[in-house]
Amino acid sequence: MVRLITHNLLACHVKGCNTNNFPLEFRDVQIELREAEFNPEFLKGFMPKIEWKALVDAARQLGDTSLPLEQPEMLDDDFLKNLHHVLLEIHVEEGIMTCPNCKHDYPVLNGIPNMLLAEHEIG
Amino acid sequence: MIPTPDLSHLTADDYDCVYEPAEDTFLLLDALEADEQELKQLRPRITLEIGSGSGCVSAFIAKILGPSVLYLCTDINPHACRCTLSTGVQNKVALDPINVTFAAPLSLRLKRSVDVILFNPPYVPTIPDEASGAQDARGIAGAWAGGVDGMNVTDVFLERVEDLMSDRGRFYLVAIAENDVPGIQERMLRLHGLQSDIILSRRAGREHLFVLRFVRDLSRVCS
Repeated sequence: MVRLITHNLLACHVKGCNTNNFPLEFRDVQIELREAEFNPEFLKGFMPKIEWKALVDAARQLGDTSLPLEQPEMLDDDFLKNLHHVLLEIHVEEGIMTCPNCKHDYPVLNGIPNMLLAEHEIG
Repeated sequence: MIPTPDLSHLTADDYDCVYEPAEDTFLLLDALEADEQELKQLRPRITLEIGSGSGCVSAFIAKILGPSVLYLCTDINPHACRCTLSTGVQNKVALDPINVTFAAPLSLRLKRSVDVILFNPPYVPTIPDEASGAQDARGIAGAWAGGVDGMNVTDVFLERVEDLMSDRGRFYLVAIAENDVPGIQERMLRLHGLQSDIILSRRAGREHLFVLRFVRDLSRVCS
């Protein structure tokens, strides 16, 4: 299950690919929605770790436009519920994540991101 | 008493490809259980297990810490990643496996951000080629074959772990006597400013197993 919370932490790690290597871009994805228990404390605690623009862009690539472009200052319940859905309930089951810089493709298979590199690509 | 995670969904076929929890695994579980209160007080946001295998250890710490934590798990073996995922489902905890060596694609975003890091490495001394070949094959031998002093794989991660640890972060490592535990402790303090304690040790057959816990050396953090 590649959830967007995980996607928001993954960067390209090909040898020498050090700039503009985050966030990875989704394409050809199959997604599943799975309900998760709403946990506002977790969301508030995790907010400082999120790269907001990367999250909003990834959600839009997956067809979800519920998040505002700017991270709001007031964390009301409606916002937190949308954030909960985007971060934790959208699962990318199959697809490809592409580095915006070097265009390396990382496949997602059975919900697991394959971030392995060939020997000559390892930094 | 925290129950050992339910692994009844894993089969003999899974254990042909993925390390089956054994004495070393259970020693790490016991060490985490002994630290239960401290771990809860730390209120971690992110844990990271390197080489999660069956997913037993991450499922166990998820039982301790509950749902307010992101449980990242990496393994070089794709079959192990599938087992980690299914062990999360079986135990009603959300484990997020990533098929990769160590934590390379996470290091940009998780710089000094991980509160608990867990690593039960391939620590068994073998001939050198056996260790590197085992990692390249991405199969079950990669879960134990560790090279001449059993440190081939562990040493690579020890170079990188400090960069991932949050200020209050802690790193749990399994080792055996042949790995030269005092040597590991001395190097980590000298090179990376990480203070460590042996928090549990046990003899299991021929192996003398240890769990080490590393934290930042406070005198250095404040300076």
